[in-house]
Amino acid sequence: MTNSIAEVVDADAVLVIGSNTTEAHPVIGAQIRQAVGRGAKLVVAEPREIPLAQDADIFLKIKPGTNIALLNGLMHVIIAEGLYDREYVENRTEGFAELQEVVEDYPPERVAEICGIDPEDLKAAARLYAKAEKAPIFYAMGVTQHSSGTAGVMSIANLALLCGKIGKYGCGVNPLRGQNNVQGACDMGCLPGDYTGYQKVANPEARAKFEKAWGVKLPEQPGLTVTEAVQAIEDGKVRCLYIMGENPLLSDPNLNHTEEMFKKLDFLIVQDIFLTETAELADVVLPAACFAEKDGTFTNTERRVQRIRRAVPAPGEARADWEIVQEVMLRLGYENQADSPEEILAEIASLTPSYGGISFDRLEREQPQWPCPSPDHPGTPILHVGRFSRGERALFKPAHYLPAAEQPDDEYPLILTTGRILYHYHTRTMTGRNEDLNRISGRSFVEINPADAAKWGIESGARVKVESRRGEVVVDALVTDRVDAGVIFMPFHFGDGAANRLTNDVLDPTAKIPEYKVCAARVERY
Amino acid sequence: MVSLTIDGRPVKVKKGTTILEACEFLGIDIPTFCHLKQLKAEGSCRMCVVEVEGARNLQISCATPCAEGMQVHTRTERVVSFRRLVIELLLANHDTNCFSCPATGRCKLYQYAMEYGVEHSRFAKYKPHHPKDESSEFFNYDPSKCILCRRCVRVCNNLQANHTLSLKNRGPDTWVGLPFDKLFKDSNCVSCGNCVSVCPTGALTAKAGKSYRIWEVTKTRTTCPYCGVGCQMDLLVKDGQVVGVEPAEGGANPGILCVKGKWAYHFVNHPDRLTTPLIRRDGELQPATWDEALDYVTQGIQKIKEESGPDAIAGFASARATNEENYLFMKMMRAAVGTNNVDHCARL
Ligand code: SF4
Ligand code: SF4
Repeated sequence: MTNSIAEVVDADAVLVIGSNTTEAHPVIGAQIRQAVGRGAKLVVAEPREIPLAQDADIFLKIKPGTNIALLNGLMHVIIAEGLYDREYVENRTEGFAELQEVVEDYPPERVAEICGIDPEDLKAAARLYAKAEKAPIFYAMGVTQHSSGTAGVMSIANLALLCGKIGKYGCGVNPLRGQNNVQGACDMGCLPGDYTGYQKVANPEARAKFEKAWGVKLPEQPGLTVTEAVQAIEDGKVRCLYIMGENPLLSDPNLNHTEEMFKKLDFLIVQDIFLTETAELADVVLPAACFAEKDGTFTNTERRVQRIRRAVPAPGEARADWEIVQEVMLRLGYENQADSPEEILAEIASLTPSYGGISFDRLEREQPQWPCPSPDHPGTPILHVGRFSRGERALFKPAHYLPAAEQPDDEYPLILTTGRILYHYHTRTMTGRNEDLNRISGRSFVEINPADAAKWGIESGARVKVESRRGEVVVDALVTDRVDAGVIFMPFHFGDGAANRLTNDVLDPTAKIPEYKVCAARVERY
Repeated sequence: MVSLTIDGRPVKVKKGTTILEACEFLGIDIPTFCHLKQLKAEGSCRMCVVEVEGARNLQISCATPCAEGMQVHTRTERVVSFRRLVIELLLANHDTNCFSCPATGRCKLYQYAMEYGVEHSRFAKYKPHHPKDESSEFFNYDPSKCILCRRCVRVCNNLQANHTLSLKNRGPDTWVGLPFDKLFKDSNCVSCGNCVSVCPTGALTAKAGKSYRIWEVTKTRTTCPYCGVGCQMDLLVKDGQVVGVEPAEGGANPGILCVKGKWAYHFVNHPDRLTTPLIRRDGELQPATWDEALDYVTQGIQKIKEESGPDAIAGFASARATNEENYLFMKMMRAAVGTNNVDHCARL
């Protein structure tokens, strides 16, 4: 997030796109609702009538996969009506002419057609956002999990820049990260081309710095992403996977294929707190401690670094992930100097400018947001104030709308989109152990519009088979007009009736994010 | 800044500071029922009254700002007898069967009644109680324990912004209820449990609430292990087991949690947790010692590295592990294995 969560309660208008906030990030959802209670206007753009849609002044029920058309349409209206921030565009951006040229092609009528919305709603939404002084944009996987996800993210940045809403209190572009420490895992350099704090592997200076600090020669070529690594198993390029605390055999797209790949591995190491779907295939499983059993830090979606603390002993012989990794390193011939989470954080701070001022000691008193380069730096609640990371000016990166890779056809006439529900988390390895949660929601389901349900003779509660080109699952039907005709929705949390047996593993070319949010599917009574 | 004295102690505070906040700053304990730090003062319970020299009436400290030269007394006879009256009025209609109440030990009514020496109420019980609602999967509601402090109502409406709870009826018939007298399970309640977290008595209690007394637990401040909001919370631990979670105030969460943060802690002590390393032998995962497992891991990695080079190995770090663990993991892949094939499931 460029801005801080707490700012939202002061907003004049809030734009939520591709985020089911009250279910996936409930405490932010609550704060958006607080803002609405205080008079903020709310625009929600989503293919499903999510709970937040009921609070919205304007709800744009867009077809799955049409975010970029929508965003370009908003910008078209804002430019056509002269509502953009001229001064900001002139002084702090580059590439306005290119942007203008692209969004020129997105008049409201055309966008309304592509997205399946009313052109008047589009215009009203554009005016609301552009005219509001404090107007944050929140987005999540509904924007990123597309074959054009990167372009979607850039289009959001374009919109905010056009209206001068980056680098200001109560505004910004605010991606909501799904898991508790996704932000931290990225910050820590668990990326094939980055060391900590996004220092590039390809940059010889950065590499030299880490070589010196770690006392070893480091590889020069950036590595493979998760999705690329799984593909590389196919041709034998990757033979061994070491997986710490992830469950790709439920969270990966096109699971049948992933499963096949995992079985081809020569050596699979899984380190986790439960015997997950992935661990069941492992050659060796290492039992890990959970968050309540260890010390350390997480970084939240607003870049705030916060402590976790050991409250209970780990069960049996389970050990903290850092202890296990430390042991493996030692046996591979590398001895770490740091010997506790506190010391490891000190090592991180010494190598990572944005974390330079963060220490266990300081976190007892305050929880700053990075960049926080030194112990006396207060942290950075708002990014890009007066200056962008690339310099004085930000560059517009306009993109055209491209339809999702797989479109419905005669054989697979429906669009399947996937997402989260309030009562479960990710692959349910944790929430699935709560009987109360399971009683509320314990089985996979598919939401289907009454018109489609009638067409295929499906009733709520009936078992239905959902099929795509990649697989099939049997789940409960939930007949509801939350989804439009032609669209079906499934949560991805459940192992039995796993939505990801169906999803498409086509990738966004830059971010390598799979297109979870759109694939073609069909349903029938089971 | 304004200067004043409280119980004879001089203090300087920022303009707009309430007497209650100034007392807190000085470490002077003021009893409250309805006060909620995150929201504007209501001053409805009147428990926090203090005497201000020159003022005719007792002042509600949570809603009265400090003024220059004020002389405040927090425990005069007048104050104490007024607070006693407040307690007696509440007690009159309170089900005092404390033996079976999950709030025993943390109930503010009980605590203040003891502190102010109130054992009975002069006032007669004046209304019948509404029936209990135990329909939620996570908590119970017993209106006979409700003191109408409205904390739950305000949390539900103003912080959770969910509008499930409201004050119904008027006068002596007032009670906290749901629209159309629905049960929790049939209402729009999202089970965040924030109403339960703020209830000062046994009216709203966790279903697991009877499994521990407050003096048996320790609290550990930590960060929620679920979504990226990063809510701050306290784990309640009894005998090495997590028995409950309370919201704390953090940069991202104004003292509230969601259903996952509040209730989904059972996985921690779940019998399915892995407790020993496992190695696949004869097609089956079988228990092994740490030494065996770690040797197995490193030998496996080394063998493949020798045969196919370090890039034949890839590591997936975890969006759920700590920063320190992720750092060490990527350092292992790069410095000890020798490959940049390290990523995590951020995209998924
Ligand atoms: S659990 Fe949450 S939503 Fe339900 S009544 Fe309590 S505060 Fe309101
Ligand atoms: S309590 Fe809920 S909103 Fe807060 S971090 Fe946990 S899962 Fe997210």
